[in-house]
Amino acid sequence: MSIAIKTENCIGCGRCTEVCPGNLIRLREGKAYIKRERDCWGCTSCLKECKKGAILFFLGADMGGRGSTLSIREEGALRKWTVTDPSGITQTIETNTQEANQY
Amino acid sequence: MKQERLQTDVLIIGGGTAGCFAAYTLGQQTDCQILIAEKANIKRSGCLAAGVNAINAYITKGRKPEDYAEYCKKDAKGIVREDLLLSLAERLNHVTAVLEEKGLVILKDENGEYVTRGNRNIKINGENIKPILAKAAQEQPGVQVLNHVNITDYIVRDNRILGAYGFSVNEEKAYEIRAKAVIIATGGAAGLYRPNNPGFSRHKMWYPPFNTGAGYAMGINAGAEMTTFEMRFIALRCKDTIAPTGTIAQGVHAKQMNSRGEIYEDRYGIATCERCYGTTRENQEGRGPCYLKTDEITKEQEMDLYKAYLNMAPSQTLKWLEAGKGPSEQNVEIEGTEPYVVGGHTASGYWIDADRSTTIRGLYAAGDVAGGAPQKYVTGALAEGEIAAESAAVYLQLLQDNKEILPEFPEEGFEDKIFEYEQYFRNPEALLDIEQLEETMQKVMDQYAGGISRNYQFNETELALAEEKIRALFPVLNRLRAEDPDDLLQIYEIRERLTVCLCLIAHLGARKETRWHSFAENADYPETDKDWELYVNSRMEDGKLRIIKRDLVKSSSPLHFFQAADAEGQVSV
Repeated sequence: MSIAIKTENCIGCGRCTEVCPGNLIRLREGKAYIKRERDCWGCTSCLKECKKGAILFFLGADMGGRGSTLSIREEGALRKWTVTDPSGITQTIETNTQEANQY
Repeated sequence: MKQERLQTDVLIIGGGTAGCFAAYTLGQQTDCQILIAEKANIKRSGCLAAGVNAINAYITKGRKPEDYAEYCKKDAKGIVREDLLLSLAERLNHVTAVLEEKGLVILKDENGEYVTRGNRNIKINGENIKPILAKAAQEQPGVQVLNHVNITDYIVRDNRILGAYGFSVNEEKAYEIRAKAVIIATGGAAGLYRPNNPGFSRHKMWYPPFNTGAGYAMGINAGAEMTTFEMRFIALRCKDTIAPTGTIAQGVHAKQMNSRGEIYEDRYGIATCERCYGTTRENQEGRGPCYLKTDEITKEQEMDLYKAYLNMAPSQTLKWLEAGKGPSEQNVEIEGTEPYVVGGHTASGYWIDADRSTTIRGLYAAGDVAGGAPQKYVTGALAEGEIAAESAAVYLQLLQDNKEILPEFPEEGFEDKIFEYEQYFRNPEALLDIEQLEETMQKVMDQYAGGISRNYQFNETELALAEEKIRALFPVLNRLRAEDPDDLLQIYEIRERLTVCLCLIAHLGARKETRWHSFAENADYPETDKDWELYVNSRMEDGKLRIIKRDLVKSSSPLHFFQAADAEGQVSV
């Protein structure tokens, strides 16, 4: 499990490099990249920080990953979590930051 | 290497759960200068980066702090500090109220009462709990935050804290931070043992892989007394993703079931260590894999689980969606993690007194780094942060009133420390690299000190080998080469873990019984022994770790290490 950064969306703002709890994301020629993708904890802090939707989360094959990605979009109090499978089919779940877990 | 000297009243090392709350408390209650040194960024660093599923330590209606302390004591088979548990439990609801005031969403019923989950838990949206805490700390006028600085060593003279050394993880720059008091809040230690997913997903572990035991190692090296390292923590988690199981177990009342469809959790007991042990035994005896039985839940419950996991462990939801099969169609496979040393769940950590003072004067410990008080969870860590902050404030006042005097600052220490850091940049390229050293450490601990591959069991012969093999890695470590500050951070993170490993091995060998299945499964002494109803402590003396046995402490006689200063201003332990 790790992250992939879409360089075409990245504007090099550095928000993800600042927030990563493992200091794993760095800037190179104005674009963010992950230095050691195996060292990602999977906290998704960088996805939440990115305003350009440039960061995708994925599971390694050793954890059952089969090529789908998870992205997060913020709309007010809503967080839209979208899973995109390798053929491009998407599924979105909304969570509300103002609502508590039922469990 | 560039260098910078800083000065503050209180240095807080580690801006996680306990550290942020200690800073907030000092900011609220005093006019002193507070500096948080954090190796990442306090906004999302520490255990709460992804969020948390619930407040798991809360005194619910009709219950008392004493009940909480009693539960923790029972779960830890008696080896707890009652004085610490009680003082922490008394503050659980107060710190929860502060969190709510700062913006944490807590589920309430139609009467405005918190909705409980079990006897000690309340339901929240914990996704943004860390940014809330970080903001609360940061908005205090006295608080400064030094992000991306890794602290490696205390500055101690005559058993009194004077500050700490560290380096930037972004540029070649060393720091000397002078402080009158220090609060250590660096958390516990992960990555000591070979993890569940040793390959690509090696960092998909329960505890933050970036918590590498810095605080423990600094304390051990400075001669602080440590307690109960042998009570390791092993979490029972969803297989592969290592996501929490409690949300499913408590949320939809799923039971632990083996591959034959038998509910096995009643066979082994319900203490935290026994739940893990049960699953381990079922697998060992050929009745694996083990599951949480969820295939009877509704689609609505399933969606609630998807959302709950997105708010704390999104990889689990992704795994369900990617497989095209959720928990309503397929039971959730579970497994035990690799062992950790973590004082928020077990009693491992600094030996502290009721004020959260360590055995080094002026050094206070809070959260996972502090020992004696298991099951503290988030709110317990906050409570300890608050107590440590209040005690540090009292100490500052003693210094200000000249009732205690700081010794002269060792000016020469910084140069020596910079020389040590720079040596890694000077080292020629070595045959063995950082990655190999980490793998070797984790392999040794796994095979000789009771890791996953050994079903968490060890014996004295194995421990002796573990010690020998871990010791042999220090010279290799000293020859590692750093190309940049990031490499330097990785080298120091291994150094810390090797130090913690040696202390852990000594503790595992010292307790000649098996009090906690799985957590400390000593094959030479498989039974619980009444003679071991005591604390196993340790302290580094002249480069050697000495084991110290101490009697159990009751809540009626809390410990206080330091007496008020006498006429000559001397304070004794």
